[in-house]
Amino acid sequence: MAVTTATRPAISVSGLRKTFGDKVVLDGIDLMVSEGTVFSLLGPNGAGKTTMVRILSTLVPADDGSIRVAGHDLAREPDGVRAAIGVTGQFSAVDNLLTGEENLKLMADLHHLGRTEGRRRIARLTERFDLGEMARKPASVYSGGMRRRLDLAMTLVGEPRLIFLDEPTTGLDPRSRHAMWQIIRGLVAEGVTVFLTTQYLDEADQLADRIAVLDHGRIVVEGTPDELKRRIPGGHILLRFADTTALHAAARTLAVAQRDDDALTLQVASGGDVRSLRALLDRLDDAQVEVDHLSIHTPDLDDVFFAFTGTPASAAITGEHR
Amino acid sequence: MTSLAYTLTDSATMLRRQIRHIQRYPSLTAMLIGLPVVLMLLFVYVFGATLGAGLPGGGGDRGAYLNYLVPGMLLFSVTGAAQGTAISVAMDMTEGIVDRFRTMAISRASLLTGHVLGSLVQTMLCIAVVLAISLAIGFRPSATPLEWLAVAGVLAAIAFALIWLSVALGLVSDSVETASNLPMFLTLLPFLGSGFVPTDTMPAGLRWFADYQPFTPVIETLRGLLLGSGIGNSALLALAWCAVISLMSYLWAKRAFHRRAAR
Repeated sequence: MAVTTATRPAISVSGLRKTFGDKVVLDGIDLMVSEGTVFSLLGPNGAGKTTMVRILSTLVPADDGSIRVAGHDLAREPDGVRAAIGVTGQFSAVDNLLTGEENLKLMADLHHLGRTEGRRRIARLTERFDLGEMARKPASVYSGGMRRRLDLAMTLVGEPRLIFLDEPTTGLDPRSRHAMWQIIRGLVAEGVTVFLTTQYLDEADQLADRIAVLDHGRIVVEGTPDELKRRIPGGHILLRFADTTALHAAARTLAVAQRDDDALTLQVASGGDVRSLRALLDRLDDAQVEVDHLSIHTPDLDDVFFAFTGTPASAAITGEHR
Repeated sequence: MTSLAYTLTDSATMLRRQIRHIQRYPSLTAMLIGLPVVLMLLFVYVFGATLGAGLPGGGGDRGAYLNYLVPGMLLFSVTGAAQGTAISVAMDMTEGIVDRFRTMAISRASLLTGHVLGSLVQTMLCIAVVLAISLAIGFRPSATPLEWLAVAGVLAAIAFALIWLSVALGLVSDSVETASNLPMFLTLLPFLGSGFVPTDTMPAGLRWFADYQPFTPVIETLRGLLLGSGIGNSALLALAWCAVISLMSYLWAKRAFHRRAAR
């Protein structure tokens, strides 16, 4: 009995298709998201991520396919879906003329919470999202990170069991980005299901239980972050040398290396772990080659796309559909 | 709660939101009040003596023209406020918050009814200020309390109709600029009717238009109620126009809202 609860699907999609005019945006999508997990849809701009979120959150109808969200049929019971979900889109969905507190109050009223319950949730969210005194200022003066936090706080007023986050950290500075990750992890710890879209591999890697890579409206690969990373060869160490003599010496020592004579660099494939890095440096030391500069590159979205589609992510950009 | 109760609660919530917007954006209301006030002062003190002399029944003075002008001015205030509605609807549609509302289990119509009710409050406020200033500079109506009530009712009816029309115009506009331009023709209509001068001095074609366009019966009804001139079938025509414009605009707005949703 206990086993079934963990695997009940929060979202199940089969054969989803969507076209805008003669442009096919989503072309036969099948996916399943288990309750209480984080599912990440990874892809470049224009891959169809936002359209996917807009369909699953009842904003636009699908052309074809059967979709169940939070136990409701999307086409037949949209209000049942709406009552169970929360959406934080890529574009800020706060009311700029209202203060943070008034924005939260608006959500509490629209969820028909009583006065006391509304106040309790608003107070808790204001504290949790560190809105503090800014809660009494109009949202128009908020910084990008704070606006995103208010946005998510508004989504959470209704205590949804399933949350859609469409590129929640795009355009945020690193600190705000990490703060957002912490918040998302906190939600997951409470058992909330998260459907996350992102164009950052590290973000999907940090947060997701499963990742699906979306390219030109199709899912090209799906799996756990580890399964995916094992199949992506893009990680490497970049070595730079002071002159051609050192470069040539190093190239002779490290047989398998990509060489760039103009930049005086060598690229050595590596997963970025300490052991292989130490081995590499030891070999260069033994050969008495001086390395001027070293940097470690972890695989990024481009590497993912090279690995699974044979073209870089930038080639997939066709204009984001909203 | 029943779904009707939810619709009412949600509409009330959206109305509160609109009232807040009006409070936070006072320059819009100031503009909506300022334009008719300036125009009224201009017509009374610059053109008033000349236009008053041309009024039927042997002509009158500046004061007589003020009395003639006020009903049209009140309607002009309504058209200005309607323009404000189109602007605020279009502004709302460019914000992500409308998408948020659409993903929530709330009454679909509540966002629009909130806009309409909020604008109605704003419009009646504009009318009150314009009326107060007209009284201060010498407007002398002869209306009984019951007739005043009827004046408020007629103004509310035409405001309701034009606000729904503006909501539709705001929804079909791609930008806030378009939304502020589209309802411009409404502000011209009081001029092309009996608002500023009697229609019988106009050339034949224009006069025909002026006599049969919807604003003329509204102005004539207001004039009759405020100053005791003959109303005839104007009241019935005015209310019929209001009902037709309201219904058509409501249906248009609803369709435009759903169409925007699907993009």
